[in-house]
Amino acid sequence: MTLGRRAFATDEIQPGIHIRRGVDEDATAQNEDGIANIGFIMGRDAVAVIDPGGSLIDGERLRMTIRQVTQLPIKYVVMTHVHPDHVFGAPAFEKDHPQFVGHARLPRALALRETFYRERLERTLGKGNAGGAVRPTLLVQGHAEIDLGDRILALTAHGTAHTDCDLSVLDRKTGTLLPADLLFVQRVPSLDGSLRGWLQQLEQLKSVSARRAVPGHGPTSVDWPSGAADLERYLGILLRETKEAITKGLDLQAAVDKVAVSERSRWKLFDDYNGHNVTQAYKELEWEQ
Amino acid sequence: MGTVRQLLLWACLIGLLGAASQVRADDDDPGARAERWQALHQALFPGRSLQDGAGIVKLDAPPRALDAALVPIGIELSGVKAIKSVYLIIDGNPSPLAAHFTFGPKADPHSLKLRVRVDRYTDIHAIAASQDNHLFVTSRFVKASGGCSAPAGSDDTAALADMGRMKLHVVGDFVAGKPAQAVLMVRHPNFNGMQMNQITRYYTPPRFIRTIDASYEGASIFHLDSDISMSTDPVITFGFVPKSKGQMKIVVRDSKDATFDGTFEVPGEGASNPTAAAHDSSNGSASGA
Repeated sequence: MTLGRRAFATDEIQPGIHIRRGVDEDATAQNEDGIANIGFIMGRDAVAVIDPGGSLIDGERLRMTIRQVTQLPIKYVVMTHVHPDHVFGAPAFEKDHPQFVGHARLPRALALRETFYRERLERTLGKGNAGGAVRPTLLVQGHAEIDLGDRILALTAHGTAHTDCDLSVLDRKTGTLLPADLLFVQRVPSLDGSLRGWLQQLEQLKSVSARRAVPGHGPTSVDWPSGAADLERYLGILLRETKEAITKGLDLQAAVDKVAVSERSRWKLFDDYNGHNVTQAYKELEWEQ
Repeated sequence: MGTVRQLLLWACLIGLLGAASQVRADDDDPGARAERWQALHQALFPGRSLQDGAGIVKLDAPPRALDAALVPIGIELSGVKAIKSVYLIIDGNPSPLAAHFTFGPKADPHSLKLRVRVDRYTDIHAIAASQDNHLFVTSRFVKASGGCSAPAGSDDTAALADMGRMKLHVVGDFVAGKPAQAVLMVRHPNFNGMQMNQITRYYTPPRFIRTIDASYEGASIFHLDSDISMSTDPVITFGFVPKSKGQMKIVVRDSKDATFDGTFEVPGEGASNPTAAAHDSSNGSASGA
């Protein structure tokens, strides 16, 4: 392990569930792409990592953090979707020989995007620090369970929403949902799948019996389902106003300047992502009219 | 057309050489960009002088792309000079000549909009060729990255199944004899063949739109030669002059030599191509890619 790398602080939001809060920034050399909420869950016999981190450095720091808490084997590394801020730390766990768990569509998404993401992150963090994709060894289609010993995690592979390969985790023992980037709080959401799909998946997730949820970005724990309210409102406005713009004949650029601007003061990094979200929404919805 | 094809190939080679020899740090350097443009100028228009397009041709592009795979571009022609064709050149792209529109007798050659991929920080040039054989140039600098290597769509199978579907609508009220704007939408993945993973070798072979012909009552509005820089599901806004109600015909041909037709009554209710016919002759000459 690289000299000087150190464990980081986590919140134990429920017994055995440790979450590191990601910073609400884009990747920089300083933050080591530690921008997503990542962490681990401990059972009687084993540990599951739920998102291995945003870079090799981030992943190694997560591993050190786990080893300060427990020596139980790391049997599962769950990769919730294709985005590098969640999964590029995976190589830090290869020496543990865990099952790398992902949505059935994750291998394809990684294959298509990994090189692009890695080159970009290497420019920010330097070669050797970025990490990269690890091929999932356990693919989830529909539902699956993993057993950590007296603690069963229920996994759900979702239809296209935030991305086309979103996987959520439910810890039945404590009623804690880990929807990863299907839930953004405070940091503006980024749409990379389907707007209608995301609203549908959110509706389903709201009916899951969980008392709290761990957003992919934002606080380490929020009440559930009330914690989804801001996201739902934003996506609803994005849907309604983009549809209106298309109906009125506004072109893409005009829509970008107009849609969802009422949400500006409610989200961090709004200006960095809203225009992109409008673009995604526009190209999805223009074929419906 | 043969000449244009040669130009495209030439441009492709230049672009690839340029991409290989250029350091990314240069992308922001005006000197390096000017040099690249000099090379492109000589390759695309050898021996031709380019005149300042101020007052004749105007190019609209966002200074920073919100989605590098879908950058909205507008080209406006003042009408001061009679223009026969317009070139769009994205200097930093692997195949810089993104589009060449040739206007026909039914065109209202004042405004064009399209969406392109932009691979890195680059100048974008629009060149208007006048009827009296002068070339007028204007340019914009756009900050974007990864538009070519980032995969656009999330589902290849769905993208291919829907390929060739078209929609067309006229903007504003239709008045016979007055110039009108039409928006043409074409479902086509426009796979550029650049999304290959070095480890898995997973690779989407190129399949992109080569030409689009739009005609009204049997006479041409425009002929477009395009290439891998066009976004997935191209959307093109163009002007035409309808003498009366009539039929617009669209013919799209791609790099697998498949052709897709659409016939639309103009004005019509939310015209979609019910008469669309796909003639897939991809087992013919598939070497176009």
